[in-house]
Amino acid sequence: MTVTDDLSTTAPAASGPTATAGRTVTLKIRRFDPEVSAKPLWKSYTVPFDPSDRLLDALHYVKWNLDGSLSFRRSCAHGVCGSDAMRINGSNRLACKVLVKDLGPEISIEPIKGLPVEKDLIVDMEPFFDAFRAVKPYLIAEGHEPTRERLQSAADRERFDDTTKCIMCAACTTSCPVFWNDGEYFGPAAMVAAHRFIFDSRDAGADERLEILNEREGVWRCRTTFNCSNACPRGIQVTKAIQEVKRALIFRRF
Amino acid sequence: MATTINGAAAPAIETPRSPRRRPGGPKARTNFELYAWLFMRISGVLLLFLVLGHLFIMNILDGGVQRIGFGFVAGRWASPFWRTWDLLMLVLAELHGTNGLRTVINDYAERAQTRFWLKMLLYVSAGLVITLGSLVIFTFDPNIS
Repeated sequence: MTVTDDLSTTAPAASGPTATAGRTVTLKIRRFDPEVSAKPLWKSYTVPFDPSDRLLDALHYVKWNLDGSLSFRRSCAHGVCGSDAMRINGSNRLACKVLVKDLGPEISIEPIKGLPVEKDLIVDMEPFFDAFRAVKPYLIAEGHEPTRERLQSAADRERFDDTTKCIMCAACTTSCPVFWNDGEYFGPAAMVAAHRFIFDSRDAGADERLEILNEREGVWRCRTTFNCSNACPRGIQVTKAIQEVKRALIFRRF
Repeated sequence: MATTINGAAAPAIETPRSPRRRPGGPKARTNFELYAWLFMRISGVLLLFLVLGHLFIMNILDGGVQRIGFGFVAGRWASPFWRTWDLLMLVLAELHGTNGLRTVINDYAERAQTRFWLKMLLYVSAGLVITLGSLVIFTFDPNIS
């Protein structure tokens, strides 16, 4: 329970969920506070952990016992809300879905890349949501309003099942090298959202969305590096979904 | 706005870049990127045969590279088939490479100015190579002295 770099805190009274553990791990966190320094700095924290602890527990330990100024987002803490995506040992993961014991003796933690950092691990998600909104991620129906729910066969539902799983954590978009360099690129998450409606038999807005993704900054900028598929905490085949949109565009044309 | 990072392990790309901008009114939508993508696939497959065939004929088939001379070229280019082959190879390879580099520039050049001038350089050089190459193929004179 020591804090390196210029943060010298006396070891606090052992409390918190992991206080009884015998093993420790070093969290190397990229801190950024514009009110303190214009540059981000790395700070290391030594934290005890149990084999059952997730990285989020370790971050809680830091915040609650070592350094209350550490900021990060989290809500449900069970991999459903998608708030705590971060770059862990260089890969985008949800802090609540990885175990500390699987991450080695020193864990590097950074904010997700490509979005403006506001403080520590908190980034401005607005550019991400802008791209999401741009693909019209809602049902566009035509014809008369039905008097009951819009029915669909199991096979039709299956067609876009994979892309319904998205929790909008931005792990995929911020793992994409094209997005890092080009903020105008829609990014994989927006394409997953578009895919979910393009291939929905109840939806009539496919053409509209395909046109949007046919833009200069749309699907054609995808380099199929598969970073997005690797990053997705829900196991969505993101790259595959993007290629299916490409294919739909081509077969619509020829 | 962009802050620089020092001493950190991972190279970081800082607080971005141009954000999504959607200025008033949608941009004119074209299928350029779709055709460019498709062209890369088709030209790639064609070049596989054209280039490997070319390499085989030039370097391996009877005597290989030793037999190539003015006479050999003149003999081949007497036939429109080989002229078409070479012209196709020239144009497809140059455009394939140009489009590939255009993509690389789009991916890596961050400033709009840099992008623009790199691409201009690329297009001019591609134009020169295609012009010069086609000039030779079309105006080749076997009786030149």
